[in-house]
Amino acid sequence: MNAFRDGVESMIPALRRYARALARDSDIADDLVQDTLVRALRSEKLFLGGDLRSWLYTILTNLNRNRRRSLARKPVFTELYDNNADASGTEAEGRDISRALAHLVEEQRSVLLLVMLEGLSYREVADIQGVPIGTVMSRLARARAHVKAYLDGERPALRAVK
Amino acid sequence: MTDPNIPVTEDELHAFVDDELPAERRADVEAWLKAHPDDAERVRSWRSMAELLHARYDAVAEEPVPQRLELERLTRQSQSRPWIYGAVAAALVAFLAGGSIGWLAHGASTSTSSFQTFALDALDAHRTYVVEVRHPVEVEGSDRAHLQQWLSKRVGYTIKAPDLESAGLKLVGGRLLPGPDTPAAFFMYETPSGERFTLYTSRARTDTTSMRFAEQDKDGAMFWADKGVGYVVSGTSDKARLNTVARAIYDQTDKAGG
Repeated sequence: MNAFRDGVESMIPALRRYARALARDSDIADDLVQDTLVRALRSEKLFLGGDLRSWLYTILTNLNRNRRRSLARKPVFTELYDNNADASGTEAEGRDISRALAHLVEEQRSVLLLVMLEGLSYREVADIQGVPIGTVMSRLARARAHVKAYLDGERPALRAVK
Repeated sequence: MTDPNIPVTEDELHAFVDDELPAERRADVEAWLKAHPDDAERVRSWRSMAELLHARYDAVAEEPVPQRLELERLTRQSQSRPWIYGAVAAALVAFLAGGSIGWLAHGASTSTSSFQTFALDALDAHRTYVVEVRHPVEVEGSDRAHLQQWLSKRVGYTIKAPDLESAGLKLVGGRLLPGPDTPAAFFMYETPSGERFTLYTSRARTDTTSMRFAEQDKDGAMFWADKGVGYVVSGTSDKARLNTVARAIYDQTDKAGG
């Protein structure tokens, strides 16, 4: 194993987390990670330094965007049982947030997850999405507003008690 | 130097939460939040949102990495693919041209997972044969023993036509179909009113999955894999009804030991 491969390997857990939140389906998520890794390994000789982490997130983000585009006119696959894919560590809160994510448009979901879950900087996310930082910030603001509205709406009981 | 009297913008609130704010402006924002409870509440809600995300998804990063994502394995696979050279060349050209990671936005593509393709093949077979009036099957359901023996021999594992009388379904018969890698067995059932369901089974590249649902036009399919054998039950897109049939089949194939 060389440094490049060690770097890629150490990123697999985080890539799986990001993919799972992005696709919200464990099989599709691992397919995305697998395609990302294959592409990364294939391009090893082309990777002349730079930020490996951002590069891997970029590949995965783009693969997911293409996947959604190619699925747009294909049949719809859904989880049969809501809590099936979420079997590990499912709790009411967890289901809420994953449903809230489902309501976001692709670019907003990606920004939200890269910043809030994966801890990337605005600059890194701007490079990953190929847009100016201002666009990242407005996507993030809209994503947060949508998720907040969704979560607030989901729990009228909690607010009523207070 | 920043002026504490300059109002804090929404962008600054986000940057504050995400540690993107210049250090010298942090104290201003903190003071602002004390004086503006609405903004403080928003900041709080964004922080708790991040906690929800971590609570929900951090466990994924702690799971053991599945075998199919091991780099050793992926390297072996990608070396056996002849198109690797074309892909590398295309990437190189893009790199030289753009000098950035932007090439991926154009070059990347991915397909539906192979197991979803498996389900789509089954749905296609379903649509092709359920409309057949005179020749829906090759071997009639009345010849069940022969049908099972023949199909088991061709698919390479023991397959029994499930008994679905309890769900009001009678076996019409079956046929052999081309599968993804090896042949597939195909059984057709119908209700007294002529509504048809089919079961498609073949060896799959996926070991074991939970039951999933796919929908296309008015047809629905429930599919799963069990120890390297895939099963797709197609019929109505009425999930509850299809589920009853799929469960009955699942229970029986399980015992048959696919």
